[in-house]
Amino acid sequence: MPPSPEDDRGRAVLDAQDIARALTRISHEILERNRGADDLLLLGLPTRGVPLARRIAERIGEVEGRVPEVGSLDVTLYRDDLRKHPARGPQRTEIPGSGVDGKTVVLVDDVLYSGRTIRAALDALADYGRPGVVRLAVLVDRGHRELPIRADHVGKNLPSARTERVMVRLVESDGYDEVRIADAAGAEGQA
Amino acid sequence: MKHLLSIDDLTVDDIETLFGTAAEMHDVQRRSVKKLPALRGRTVINLFFEDSTRTRSSFEIAGKWLSADTINISAKGSSASKGESLRDTVLTVTAMGVDALVVRHAASGAAEQISNWVDVAVINAGDGMHEHPTQALLDAYTLQRQLGDLAGRHVVIVGDLTHSRVFRSNVKLLRKLGAEVTVVAPPTLMPSGIDAWSKEAGFAASWDLDEVLPSADAVMMLRVQRERMQGGFFPTPREYTVGYGLTRGRLSLLKPDTPICHPGPMNRGLEIAPEAADAASSKVLDQVSSGVAVRMSVLYHLLAGEEVA
Repeated sequence: MPPSPEDDRGRAVLDAQDIARALTRISHEILERNRGADDLLLLGLPTRGVPLARRIAERIGEVEGRVPEVGSLDVTLYRDDLRKHPARGPQRTEIPGSGVDGKTVVLVDDVLYSGRTIRAALDALADYGRPGVVRLAVLVDRGHRELPIRADHVGKNLPSARTERVMVRLVESDGYDEVRIADAAGAEGQA
Repeated sequence: MKHLLSIDDLTVDDIETLFGTAAEMHDVQRRSVKKLPALRGRTVINLFFEDSTRTRSSFEIAGKWLSADTINISAKGSSASKGESLRDTVLTVTAMGVDALVVRHAASGAAEQISNWVDVAVINAGDGMHEHPTQALLDAYTLQRQLGDLAGRHVVIVGDLTHSRVFRSNVKLLRKLGAEVTVVAPPTLMPSGIDAWSKEAGFAASWDLDEVLPSADAVMMLRVQRERMQGGFFPTPREYTVGYGLTRGRLSLLKPDTPICHPGPMNRGLEIAPEAADAASSKVLDQVSSGVAVRMSVLYHLLAGEEVA
């Protein structure tokens, strides 16, 4: 899929190689923190957190010899800004059959911004059970938190202005891997 | 989408969105915590001027699982029986500060009329012999889960068509989704004007159930509405069963695994034999659980994003 003209705006901050390296490092960090892959459950937040979670799981599998459980956790129905937008349909939530109880759950998302998505994800997770530990892995942390939330594993810290837009493109959804940042006054950033 | 009054209000895209959301809502039923915060702080009133158990409780559960406050008002024993006009009842209830009214009424067009009086979302939960859109949505959703895409599938709807709002909504919805539809009823229960409507909407009408069943991909049996049967529409219940009931004998006319639907409550032994109602291919209980999911989806899409009208 060739990039559309809109995707040429701004500047690239991570290319495919950078993204691959960041995910490899995050995978190792997760293993180190968890002392192995036991009881590990990676939950991607739709849309782009899901393929990221799968990629991290694959890398962990390469190191540990077995691929940890992967799922998805949609937070649409838990958002605090539901009233401000036209109703959006929820996306897939897939929790592996063994559930979340007692697991080390790593939430995976593409961009960490206000922290509100993660707040919603923690609420959603609580409705599925009681994980032993919850951690957060993000590809990009662009700052501007509005809640006391931080990531445990960060691919890249990307200082940004609120008026800027951070665009994450992944092979699975967009045909190529890239992170760009662009001026888009008035437009809301992701996450 | 502000109200859900008729299937006519929905585009095919709307229907797909509603079904997609319903599929996610369906998963909530399997969780230990059956609660989503999406409609927290919203108030939904079930305003039922006609008897109903399953539709009302289905809407009530749907609202509660989305964290809305749901309140049931039944017209029996209420101010309506003391002579208050429909308009006054509706305005009074709405003045309490509600976000949605789920209305069932014996008069066709009641929900639409109410939507002209109030500024809140109105959902038609059955108006006279006109429409029952959420029933049609849950029927089609149930069939789609079983059969996949309904385009080109042959759905047979059997029973008291004259008095059936379920049939009217179902025909509209199934045609929108591209299904082939045949409706079957005794001549006395075939609505007047069916010839013109069937030609315009592209469905078939028949008096002969045995002829139609072998090509069916799904069968929907309608309830014989005894409470509306004062006109001598058929000589005896027995005769109705012989001609139009889904009897044990007729089950053998169906292709294997053909889903059988019934909106309930069933008159066992009248329009549907126990062997059909309890068959492995019976979708009756699936319809009930789908009903909650579909109504959650409808409430969500009508109420969640609505900040400015």
